[in-house]
Amino acid sequence: MALLKTIKAIGKYFYDIYDGVTSLARGMKVTGSYFLKPSSIVTQKYPENRATLKMFDNFKGELMLIHDENNKHSCNVCNTCARRCPNGSIEIIYKKVEGADGRTKKVLDKYVYHLETCSFCGLCVPSCDEFALKFDEEFEHAVFDRGKLTKVLNKPGSSSKATKE
Amino acid sequence: MEATLLDFDLRDKEEYIINMGPQHPSTHGVLRFEVCLQGEQIKYLRPHCGYIHRGIEKMSEALTYPQLIHLTDRMDYLSAHINNEAVALCVENAMGVEVSDRVKYIRTILAELSRIASHQLWWCAFGMDLGALTTFFYGLRDREHILDIFEETTGSRLTQSFITPGGLMADVHPNFQKRIKEFITYFRKKLPEYDQLLTGNIIFRERTHGIGVMSKEVAIDYGVTGPSGRGSGFTCDIRKIAPYSAYPFVKFNEITLSEGDTYSRYVVRIKEMWESLNILEQLVDNIPQGPTMLELKAVKAPKGEYYQRVETARGELGVYIVSDGGPSPARIHYRTPNFSNLFVINKLAKGHKIADLVAISGSLDLVIPDIDR
Repeated sequence: MALLKTIKAIGKYFYDIYDGVTSLARGMKVTGSYFLKPSSIVTQKYPENRATLKMFDNFKGELMLIHDENNKHSCNVCNTCARRCPNGSIEIIYKKVEGADGRTKKVLDKYVYHLETCSFCGLCVPSCDEFALKFDEEFEHAVFDRGKLTKVLNKPGSSSKATKE
Repeated sequence: MEATLLDFDLRDKEEYIINMGPQHPSTHGVLRFEVCLQGEQIKYLRPHCGYIHRGIEKMSEALTYPQLIHLTDRMDYLSAHINNEAVALCVENAMGVEVSDRVKYIRTILAELSRIASHQLWWCAFGMDLGALTTFFYGLRDREHILDIFEETTGSRLTQSFITPGGLMADVHPNFQKRIKEFITYFRKKLPEYDQLLTGNIIFRERTHGIGVMSKEVAIDYGVTGPSGRGSGFTCDIRKIAPYSAYPFVKFNEITLSEGDTYSRYVVRIKEMWESLNILEQLVDNIPQGPTMLELKAVKAPKGEYYQRVETARGELGVYIVSDGGPSPARIHYRTPNFSNLFVINKLAKGHKIADLVAISGSLDLVIPDIDR
């Protein structure tokens, strides 16, 4: 009886060695096969491929106010995007201008976007009835100074499509 | 009464305390285990959480329902779609509206994709915890395909905030179905590699077999749900018990194993990836036409209390909303799976070696921001 037990134990010992070596070989076969196939490499060399790197169209980069070729945007200062933003990242500063018909009108002065508090939930873009906003494809947000994260989105000298000259 | 530090006279019994975390690489986040050891053996273990508490529930009280969706992304960030869906379903139930079949199908597809992506990342990290660095690169390689699908449709890779009360933020990208079909054929070929690399590996098997055995009774007592609970034979799949979205339309098996050790929890997750591929295959060709957003005048839950539960990649997520009829909740509470899954760890780790603690906590698949919220 004791002999049988010893033989079994010895058998298990050698089986474990065989099992261990084959299991390791099976794993090494997978890694080895990729080692011999350089075509299967999926990694990208990031800073080098900057010129060709293209994000998807829907990518949520930084918020931008769409300007057309005449430097005109479509914001009519309705403040919906600022109210919808959960973090208060959008601040719309306007001034009141007297129009040709004698009524005062709100005109966009500064469209301030706080990138540092934006959580990219994407609620602002569909909230705009004028389709004035979109996310661009910028993904390198890092800057050295925190102040640079507060951005003014309307370009200098731009005006709204809604206001007549 | 649980043993505390004061109950132990450390000098007499040659016991000592080791703090694992809050900056330990294998706790995957800021979690601290207070481990009392005798030699290498664990005498008792106490998890300390709260290092990444952000007060999401309190913050949500100041936000409207569509706004608070983006905070749920930041709980269990690996199943962000499913968290969004839970809140959206709860609010829709409260308002008494039902979304179109198209929305249901797309939500379920996104949920299953996130489940696969989450299990892939867990597989990478679990292998890495146990010393197999290869798995990390192989798992991330395959996860990249799912993140591309997410990025193309939703614009983000991790915190998508795509599912909102009443439907979806936008329609899916035209490439959506094509990419998923490509992914299914691709991943069917790659998934057997996971078994060859790690499942059969002798070192991995020796380190997981019979380690951290959780009985079915313990799983039920502690409310351990998800793959961790199903590894102990606890049938707790919400997709089967209380089907939501498009789950009533698909056929799939609930994976349960009875052993309850670390290895069986591992096998449940690997098998769930196969099941999720089956679910995706049934849904992807049959997405019906329809509106992606309901025409809602205002997203306001009527006065009352509402509860909705869904199955995330880690277990049962419950959303409890108390509403006073306004546009934002009076109180919102999340029953997160990881919080319950964490506190069973003392039962599992007691008597094992400290090195096994890494395997056990890895097999519970903890996401720390989900515990602390």
